[in-house]
Amino acid sequence: MSVVGLRSPHTPSTLLLGGTFLAVIVVACLVGIWFTPYDPTAFAVRLRLQPPTVLHPFGTDEFGRDVLSRVLAGGHLSLATGFGAMAISLLFGVPLGLIAAFHGGILQEVIMRMVDLLISLPPVLLGLLVLAVTPPGLAKTIAAVGLVYVPIMVRLTRAVALSLLEEDFVQAARARGEGALPILWHEILPNAWPPIIVECGLRVTFAILLGSALSFLGLGPQPPASEWGLMIAEGREFLTQAPWICLAPGLSLCVLLVSVNLVGEGLREKLDPHLSGRGDA
Amino acid sequence: MQFAGFLLRRLAGLIGVLFGMSLLIFCIVHILPGNVAYAILGEFATPAAVAQLEIKLGLHDPLPVQYWRWLSAMLHGDFGQSIVMQKPAAELIGEALGRSALLAIFAFLLVTTGGIALGLHAATHRGRALDKVLSLSQFVLLAIPEFFWAILAVLIFASWMKLLPATGYTPLAEAGIARWAAHLILPVLVLAFGLVAHVSRLTRSSMIEVLESRYVLAARARGMAEHRVLWRHALPNALLPTITVLAIDAGILIGGIVVVETVFAYPGLGRLLVFSIERHDLPLLQVGMMVVTAVYAVANFIAELLYAALNPRIRVTGATA
Repeated sequence: MSVVGLRSPHTPSTLLLGGTFLAVIVVACLVGIWFTPYDPTAFAVRLRLQPPTVLHPFGTDEFGRDVLSRVLAGGHLSLATGFGAMAISLLFGVPLGLIAAFHGGILQEVIMRMVDLLISLPPVLLGLLVLAVTPPGLAKTIAAVGLVYVPIMVRLTRAVALSLLEEDFVQAARARGEGALPILWHEILPNAWPPIIVECGLRVTFAILLGSALSFLGLGPQPPASEWGLMIAEGREFLTQAPWICLAPGLSLCVLLVSVNLVGEGLREKLDPHLSGRGDA
Repeated sequence: MQFAGFLLRRLAGLIGVLFGMSLLIFCIVHILPGNVAYAILGEFATPAAVAQLEIKLGLHDPLPVQYWRWLSAMLHGDFGQSIVMQKPAAELIGEALGRSALLAIFAFLLVTTGGIALGLHAATHRGRALDKVLSLSQFVLLAIPEFFWAILAVLIFASWMKLLPATGYTPLAEAGIARWAAHLILPVLVLAFGLVAHVSRLTRSSMIEVLESRYVLAARARGMAEHRVLWRHALPNALLPTITVLAIDAGILIGGIVVVETVFAYPGLGRLLVFSIERHDLPLLQVGMMVVTAVYAVANFIAELLYAALNPRIRVTGATA
């Protein structure tokens, strides 16, 4: 649980493996925003539905667009959804959780009842509900997915902060007459962040999953964007004829998700060794 | 006496959640721009026609009045009309809910039995082949989206092997049991696939924890047969956290149903919701969301009761583990 764990030389193999894969994917997707082998939106009707060849390693789609270029150009959208949503849930969830833990009383009641309410809707449905009424787009998907994870972050932060408030060093700070803010800043936050980071690492996978599922349903970035979930939805019509249109973005998504998941598990092993031990409670 | 109090508290919580949810759904649908009258009349409607219809639908009344009208109608069993399909929403949702329930029940049974059996096996055969395969596969199975499993399943079993139909649904009465079941197999398997990994992983770790506890040691020390130790002493206690996870999984399952029904063109509640969003059928969307929320809330309620029934400690504090 302590910050000392960070400096220990031991790095879990899951973190190394996942981190390496993730780094490669992130670089490829960032480069893909500006540079791809072909123009990801250029139609080439004569080359439509071509199976993978040396010139087009992932084949071409129903408009003759190069699937590899489209996969590279669209990757940053999934990354943005996952990490953007995480940032939103941190930005709102952590302060609200701290307020709920510290303030108590009516404010806590209001915050926690809102949290109960938002958690009582399955994540996909909460996303659907938020995205249902207005025209879809990347920023809205990120906001919707972020909103889904805000209540989880509030609960976690509050629980961690409440247990820290019982600790001797916080009691000592209180006894010294320190105010609420200094206690929050110097005593609670430095000790609260390891479990929060661990939770984030594990949640990014779900955020990317949820974002891609919403795009798959047509509620994310709109065509001609090549978000991977959207590409899979569009390629479904040609599944028998040209399975590579679905398989290329689908497998890319899987590799991304598995590596993010490995990084999350690795972070947990590193920062919170107690949690990862099985059956030692 | 104590249990009655617990039951009442939880019941009040359930009603509170449903009430809050109805407010939230109503607010999101009504405050965000996206006009019902436009949705009915199409984008080329004249402003006069829109205004007239808005008055007829009561869209000019203050929002609290509109909300109260909607809520009290629902409480009286009137679920409103679908704009696009020109049918009572209750009828549409009732049919779709039944078909979705089929998927959900079969998938849930598969997840429960499969997940617990695999987890139990892995816990009692630690370090053996299946245990290793399971702990490796958790990284992969949990991280792959349902819609991609669904696509793969269609590709392999429908396109290439031509074993099962790719999409659709046929009623049992019309097509006979073989064709009816053929349409259910792939969606159910896809829904259950990732969650089995989830449940088995959790059952394994809580089972290992219980097997190392003192009362299991004591039972073994008394010379009790191993299967009796496992089934009577260890398993019931190991299943407590599994119940909580199953309740969470019910939520994932409901979300999964929306996606899976879309891929398999299965006419259930999830597809109806997506349809009502695509076609801007707001009255249908509101009621559909409300029904799904209610189903989920009741599932959670049952899980809490089950948990409390198996674990008497929880009733006193009311906290969850």
